[in-house]
Amino acid sequence: MVGSPARLDAALALSRFGLGARPGDIDAIASDPRGAVKEEIAAKLVPAPQGDELKPTPDLLKDFFAFVQLQREQRERKAAGMASGAPMSEGQPALPGAAPGTPPAAMPQSPPTDPSASMAKPGTGAPMPASAAAQPPPKTEPPLPQRVFLAEAKARFSGTVQVPRIGFGERLAMFWANHFAISAAKGPNVRILAGAFEREAIRPHVFGRFSDMLLAVETHPAMLFYLDNQQSFGPDSVAGQNRNRGLNENLARETLELHTLGVDGGYSQADVTSFARIITGWTVVGREGRLGDPGSFTFFARAHEPGPETLLGRIYGDQGFEQGKAALLDLARHPATATHIAHKLARHFVSDTPPAALVEHLAAVFRSSDGDLAALSMALVEADAAWQPELVKLRSPLEFSVAMLRATEIRPEPQPVLGALYAMGQPLWQPAGPNGYADTADAWASPEALKTRMDIANAAALRTGDRFDPADFVETRLGPLLSQDTRDAVSRAESRTQGLAIAFMSPEFQRR
Amino acid sequence: MQCETVSPSRRAVLGASGALFAWAFMPKFAQAARGRDARFVTIILRGALDGLSAVPPLGDPNYEALRQGLALRQDGADAALPLDGFFALHPSLPNMQRLFRAGQAAILHASATSYRERSHFDGQDVLESGYQAQGRVDSGWLNRLLVGLPKGDTVAPGASSKAMGLGVGANAPLIIRGSAPVLGWAPAALPPADDDLAARLLDLYERRDPLLAHALAEGIATGKIATGVDVKARGGPGDAEGMKRLASGAARLLAQPDGPRLAALAFEGWDTHAQEVGRLARLLAGLDGALAAFEQELGPAWKDTAILVATEFGRTARINGTDGTDHGTGTTAFLAGGAIKGGRVIADWPGLKEAQLRDGRDLAPTTDLRAIAKGLAVDLLGASPTLLARDVFPGSDTVAPMPGLIA
Repeated sequence: MVGSPARLDAALALSRFGLGARPGDIDAIASDPRGAVKEEIAAKLVPAPQGDELKPTPDLLKDFFAFVQLQREQRERKAAGMASGAPMSEGQPALPGAAPGTPPAAMPQSPPTDPSASMAKPGTGAPMPASAAAQPPPKTEPPLPQRVFLAEAKARFSGTVQVPRIGFGERLAMFWANHFAISAAKGPNVRILAGAFEREAIRPHVFGRFSDMLLAVETHPAMLFYLDNQQSFGPDSVAGQNRNRGLNENLARETLELHTLGVDGGYSQADVTSFARIITGWTVVGREGRLGDPGSFTFFARAHEPGPETLLGRIYGDQGFEQGKAALLDLARHPATATHIAHKLARHFVSDTPPAALVEHLAAVFRSSDGDLAALSMALVEADAAWQPELVKLRSPLEFSVAMLRATEIRPEPQPVLGALYAMGQPLWQPAGPNGYADTADAWASPEALKTRMDIANAAALRTGDRFDPADFVETRLGPLLSQDTRDAVSRAESRTQGLAIAFMSPEFQRR
Repeated sequence: MQCETVSPSRRAVLGASGALFAWAFMPKFAQAARGRDARFVTIILRGALDGLSAVPPLGDPNYEALRQGLALRQDGADAALPLDGFFALHPSLPNMQRLFRAGQAAILHASATSYRERSHFDGQDVLESGYQAQGRVDSGWLNRLLVGLPKGDTVAPGASSKAMGLGVGANAPLIIRGSAPVLGWAPAALPPADDDLAARLLDLYERRDPLLAHALAEGIATGKIATGVDVKARGGPGDAEGMKRLASGAARLLAQPDGPRLAALAFEGWDTHAQEVGRLARLLAGLDGALAAFEQELGPAWKDTAILVATEFGRTARINGTDGTDHGTGTTAFLAGGAIKGGRVIADWPGLKEAQLRDGRDLAPTTDLRAIAKGLAVDLLGASPTLLARDVFPGSDTVAPMPGLIA
């Protein structure tokens, strides 16, 4: 059985299309590896993250609004107390030695939060003392947005990535979340929603329709906050006139450039501006609930730019929200979108420079199936080009981390994983820009990044190393992918720990 | 920590990595212009810096009307810092003003790359690749400059593989990626793995994976050098603390007698579509602190240093509907360092009247950034204009190196 073509395919299925092999996975699917991947597509297997803190977006935002409000009140009380020179109203003595106006001494910031990048909106941008939640949590408890973020991370690292045999759907969820990137560094309102965005806008559509995912993404409060659309007003709308506010073209531009057509997709600056006007009024209901259920998406007609708009040569009459929905659906069906998505998908799974024929084939399937992502995924898995035995793609830090977790069957607390991702240059849901993280080896194989990977592999091996026999570890996790050179290097290691670190860092484990 | 073994030593690691590069050379320019041991640093501001806020043209009669709530003023709270009567500096740039007055900083206004569209990612690719248009990301112009510079003393095979280039950050910026060997460095956040593991992996990679072998060899080489930097504070390339730490670490490497000489850093977060006032103040303060860190850590080498700060494009001349600015064209670049002939705002000012704006919306670009970079390369590093036009900035024959930037 060892060395049979089917067993090689099984190892490839787990490594290239999946989350990495756990002990026993290769043998479990060796009778029909390609069939096993297809089964996950047919079953639409995308695990749902679980956890008490993983609430729907409107509920999370209601909690967030209350959290911000409470903080504001506490700050004001404190400021008032200090201005009058009176002792603090709770009867607490002032901190010994703390001069008036001194900020709170302890601002717990578990890595990798980035409070300095928060939006400059009054009341949300300030550092958050830990004592702000309704029931004062212990001092070590992070503030609400970070608490939710950690719970979301835990639900992935100890949950969804551990569940599936192969995990093609989970890998696709990562792919799409990066395609429709948001960043928790934008501010605490995006941080608290980062996981919910992926749960609500990405996962349900991984094997559904691209147009449904697109609409869910562009109407999700996390995206509207991240790319400023809740602040964009039609210059001639009632609210725009009253408040003297105008357009912000951020979301419109990135929808065209990154989410759909691609930068060479044939749109102009006029199209960007026009689409920005079309989606004015796409916003999030605030704390007072004047426009509906607080924290939910709404179409705010008074902020919407009135009148028809021309986008890519087509005229969209002004039917309020339907104007933007119709435009988005046309963007989803645009041939440039099909090519853009096909290229990114092939580049992600097959090669940094994917074969043109494969890209064209995937684009054709995208077009003919009207953006059916199950059909698109099936076409990818059925392509022989996707099953070449050479491991040419470098695992991203996220993929590498997940593969280590599965290979060692560790279900960790989220902080060490988040810290490792941060150190390797891929903090979870926090890319530098809306284009997401790079998807080619040259971006990840920098000296410093690789040095950091080695330090992380070393740290992981120090924790778990003596639990495994390194020689057995590489045979069972890598199977037919294992080279004699790596087998030798692992078996010659001076300790089990070092052997495991070498296994993590071997080319067969770093690549897929 | 444990007893000595016969495993490959650190010396073997360095030897092996040195052998990777047949043409490794000492980090010293053969004919450093005017006999100086020069340092050249580029700092990329990712996201498009609003040049009209960083260096406001207070003397332009149309400035205030376009900028409204973003307009800076000569007096009052948060007043702009005066430069030359027409231009001023954002109040978050006091170090820049001090350097400017000391003749060690210059401003380039209404400047731009050759890119004329408005995608960040294409714009950054053009800025960093040095190619006329987007679409080529195989190498950066700083790396190709390294390849073409006159070489110093060559190093015998087996000696240290010290490279002349330094890429700072978890991922080296494109501008310094390419065929010339480049050191990588970022602040460490973990206890480093020991030399022995590195040596074993390097041996494995050299058998199986040239790309990883190359990267690991260089990672080992620099990680050892920069361990003196405080690793406790957390800060990324988008906050003031992180910018300062990246600058300090880079400067310490550049200051070493046999350290690298050309470095690339990237700071993030300049895409100020909304609530620009507060965000830009924090970011510019970070940049200002980074320049101060370079000055301090470079020590005596500061007098031979030129720092070029550039961004992919500018932002709209008018503010948008959300107290920010959208993607534009012309913007500012900065020069700083003891080698700079500073105290000047270099600008062919295009004006801010409606008809003077590009597409009726952006500051029109009148200075090609490539002229600046070429001028620095010629006068600081002794690069030949022919090489610059052919290899470093292909297609830039008509863009002459700007003379007189170096003191």
